[in-house]
Amino acid sequence: MQTAVAAPEIGTTPASTQARLILFLLLAPALIWLVGLIVLPHIDLAVLSLRERIAPRQYTPSIAQYRTFIEEPLYWHTFVRTAVMSILATLITLLLAFPVAWTIAKLVRGRAKSLLLVLCLIPFWVSETVRTLGWMILLRESGVLPALLVQLGLTATPVEMLYRDATILVGLVYTSMLFMVVPLIGALESLDDALIEAAYDLGGTGPSILRQIVIPHAAPGILAGCIVVFMLTLGNYLTPTLLGGKNSLWFTEQIYTQFITRFNWEQGAAFGFLLLGLSTAIVWLGLKLTGQKFGEVMKKT
Amino acid sequence: MQVDLQADHVGKRYGGQLAVKDLSLTVERGSFFSILGPSGCGKTTLLRMIAGFLTPDTGQIHIGGKPMNGVPPNQRPVNMVFQHLALFPMMSVGENVGYGLARRGLSRADIAKKVGAMLERVSLPGMQDKRVDQLSGGQRQRVAIARSLVLEPTLLLLDEPLGALDLKLREHMKVELKQLQADFGTTFVYITHDQSEALVLSDHVAVMNAGSFEQLGTPQQLYYQPQTPFVAGFVGANNKLTGRAKQVDAGPEGLVTFMSGQGLTMRARAVGTVGTGQAVEAFVRPEAVSLARDASELPANHPTHAGQVESLLFDGANSAVLLSEATTRTGFRIALPQTGRFADLRIGETVAFSFDPQQAVCFAAASA
Repeated sequence: MQTAVAAPEIGTTPASTQARLILFLLLAPALIWLVGLIVLPHIDLAVLSLRERIAPRQYTPSIAQYRTFIEEPLYWHTFVRTAVMSILATLITLLLAFPVAWTIAKLVRGRAKSLLLVLCLIPFWVSETVRTLGWMILLRESGVLPALLVQLGLTATPVEMLYRDATILVGLVYTSMLFMVVPLIGALESLDDALIEAAYDLGGTGPSILRQIVIPHAAPGILAGCIVVFMLTLGNYLTPTLLGGKNSLWFTEQIYTQFITRFNWEQGAAFGFLLLGLSTAIVWLGLKLTGQKFGEVMKKT
Repeated sequence: MQVDLQADHVGKRYGGQLAVKDLSLTVERGSFFSILGPSGCGKTTLLRMIAGFLTPDTGQIHIGGKPMNGVPPNQRPVNMVFQHLALFPMMSVGENVGYGLARRGLSRADIAKKVGAMLERVSLPGMQDKRVDQLSGGQRQRVAIARSLVLEPTLLLLDEPLGALDLKLREHMKVELKQLQADFGTTFVYITHDQSEALVLSDHVAVMNAGSFEQLGTPQQLYYQPQTPFVAGFVGANNKLTGRAKQVDAGPEGLVTFMSGQGLTMRARAVGTVGTGQAVEAFVRPEAVSLARDASELPANHPTHAGQVESLLFDGANSAVLLSEATTRTGFRIALPQTGRFADLRIGETVAFSFDPQQAVCFAAASA
């Protein structure tokens, strides 16, 4: 007991060494994961991205990869397009998820509540590939929806609904819903109903209460959902590729092409870093614009 | 007399059960009206119907002379102070108080002026920029009241706003609430389960039980002339005796001689009709009973009883003694006179006590 009490002051007693060892061991899996799978590969990628092949097995440091990105319009067009589409998908997801989260958090109780949550979760029991293929079965020219439109007499011939930007957005929003709904439910559930009633009692109307009471309260949760959805969307490969086909022009696809098809790892690494910079910049901008703190937002996820 | 609130035969059913049964009440302009009742008696339902959060199933509510059925809460000339105050944590004190004014579309300068003046009136001058969580419990209370009163409502509803405060602050806020009400002259409708709050604050009190009013009157009337056994038992401390009437004197408020279940014979003033042989409930206030060491010191014209001290409850001015009557062991709570004459009373001591039968009340027991 004596040692345990004195330990924090001296710091070298056996008990404190043991406590530190235990702490280190507990953190070890996370640290190994972080250093081994994230930090080290990124250092290697950074080195890769900053060199140029001048002859077989001969490299020299250069920023040629980044220059290629700027000089080749296709690349930065794809880059900007991916960013804009991701932001759009995030906003649409927020708009659709908010009423769902509101219903689950405020309007239903007991069994209905868990049932609705399970309904949001059920699509995730199926792998993303299968889900996306499901969309393809529904939307392709010979698929269910075009056939239905012909049956209803709305179109004369079946319309190809795949390979459009709107289709990509539909797929992305569908995939992201749950990751927006869950933090929103958390944020809305913690809002005291009496605040809404008080605002209503003092003359507030639906839209004004939403703007002045509900959204300020739920802001960290809203932003948490947006950050998660934005990152998932920006880094998504499968959905844009399958639903968008050749027209998808998604930046992750460019990275894939550089690494796998062209075997140009230097270029791929540079693109990877550009994407990382893009997502960091947009998340930072989002936090700045809404005046939220990153730590507080992350607590809500 | 101008009437600010009038409810006619208001009823509300909740999940097959009547929460509020056919209630009618009128509240005069500028008065402090309390609805007092145990939890679950329907008082919150009634208040929420007045505020407009609930629609009555039957009946009509008039506020300031205008019918209110179908008028939503944000268009009623009524504001509410919520149980946990419901101050907006995302706004400063000034924004909280100015919220309603901003919703009415007043200009920024007008709002600032009114908010400043209002905060001064509730003794929080210059607190506009404070955050809500920087305030003490009493200050929050005043912000909540200021936020409502700045809109100059016809009626201010208060839903047990003192419930969350500690005892000392609650006593202090009682006085403050009464002064605020007198200052502003706004009609207050206050609901509480705390009879002391209702008695101290109100001009009129309605005692509510199981969805209906038991009695409506001034605090003094409720205390001294309870009309039902529930009121006698709920308002203030009381000794309750149940028994059977043996003899009933003629006259509307004649004395009833009854024998309690334990076999103690006593007399009390009848309220309502009490028939000979009927089951009765009688109530004697602890302070209506006189205590003496010797029976000869008690007034000669009242029947005296002997009792043994069971325990002493010293609480300054509210001190009381619990004793059991010598022959039947019936328990009585008797207030100790504040003269200190009984300061040396010991447990187990035998004392004499008596009371004026006119000050005890007797009701015919409910048929149940």
